[in-house]
Amino acid sequence: MAKVVTFLVMFAFWVVMSGMFDAFHLSFGVVSCLLIAHFSHSLLLYGDPKSWGRGFFGILFYLPWLFWEILISNLQVTYIVLHPRMLDLIDPQLVRFKTSLKRPISKVTLAQSITLTPGTVTVDIEEDELLVYALTASGAQSLAGSAMERRIAAALEGGK
Amino acid sequence: MILNIVSIVLICAGLFFFAVGTLGILRFPDFYTRVQAAGKCDSLAAVLVLVGIAVYNLGDLSLATVLVSIKILFIAAFVFISSPTATHAITDAALLIGVKPWTKEKNTP
Amino acid sequence: MEQFFLAIGIALMLLMFLSLYRVLAGPTILDRMLGGNVIGTKTTALLLLIGLLYDNVGMFVDIAIAYAMLNFIATLGSAKYFLHRKSIHLEDHQ
Repeated sequence: MAKVVTFLVMFAFWVVMSGMFDAFHLSFGVVSCLLIAHFSHSLLLYGDPKSWGRGFFGILFYLPWLFWEILISNLQVTYIVLHPRMLDLIDPQLVRFKTSLKRPISKVTLAQSITLTPGTVTVDIEEDELLVYALTASGAQSLAGSAMERRIAAALEGGK
Repeated sequence: MILNIVSIVLICAGLFFFAVGTLGILRFPDFYTRVQAAGKCDSLAAVLVLVGIAVYNLGDLSLATVLVSIKILFIAAFVFISSPTATHAITDAALLIGVKPWTKEKNTP
Repeated sequence: MEQFFLAIGIALMLLMFLSLYRVLAGPTILDRMLGGNVIGTKTTALLLLIGLLYDNVGMFVDIAIAYAMLNFIATLGSAKYFLHRKSIHLEDHQ
């Protein structure tokens, strides 16, 4: 099952990337996609088949909210950068905080989202502890139990 | 015509964020704060500019231009995923090497 | 429209020169890498703008894809490389 889905996804990607529809290029695509699907099908999709579609749509519904957050956080960073007395505004600090997310993919999503939003960069993940570098004190406090973590849990982990 | 206006707005917004990111790298006091400016502003700006170009490219609709626009959107998605990862890798390296962070207590008399 | 893309391209070039200051002056080696990464991201956008100016986006988009991946992998690779070389490359006290 995983192999078939991987093959279909890879082949659609091949057709879009090459843009050629003659037999020569398509047969090359079929051969290379078969090889990839055979050897590395466990990289793209793993676990039971029911969770694949839900993960995909969960990410799809999560993205618009994330984009809005990114826009807001960029405006905050813009304000700090363009402020004449910038050094008064920033108060950098390292923060550790625990997350309740279980699956690796949702931890990675959380880390990437944190890097992209208000004044914070994820430095390290160990088991369920994230090391976060925050630009301002308010950014550091807003991390724990945030809306972002709840939304990721709803999108990728719900019903488990 | 509407597509042109949308793409002009998107590209100008992207250019603005590129400028902010560059100013951020020049003005911030230490490495860790520079990473903030570079990682955030640049990924958003690149996505905005790329989506703007993709929208403009749809002006004369045909199979070829649609494929090219999809490819540009793939680049945007790739930048969106890879930019935080690169930021994370550099910051992790800096922390392990032992680059000193700038803190408020140390620098205010 | 052509004029607009030309202006945006020139503005991106100027921003790249500004980022080059960080590559040349940045106190630690990682600052230089960061500057290089930022220039690379701008180059991806600039390549597509050049493609629009030449009316040949179909060709330049492939170059842009390759450049985006190269930029990402170069950053990861050099970050991993400098992990194992500690105090040598730290110019913190300058």
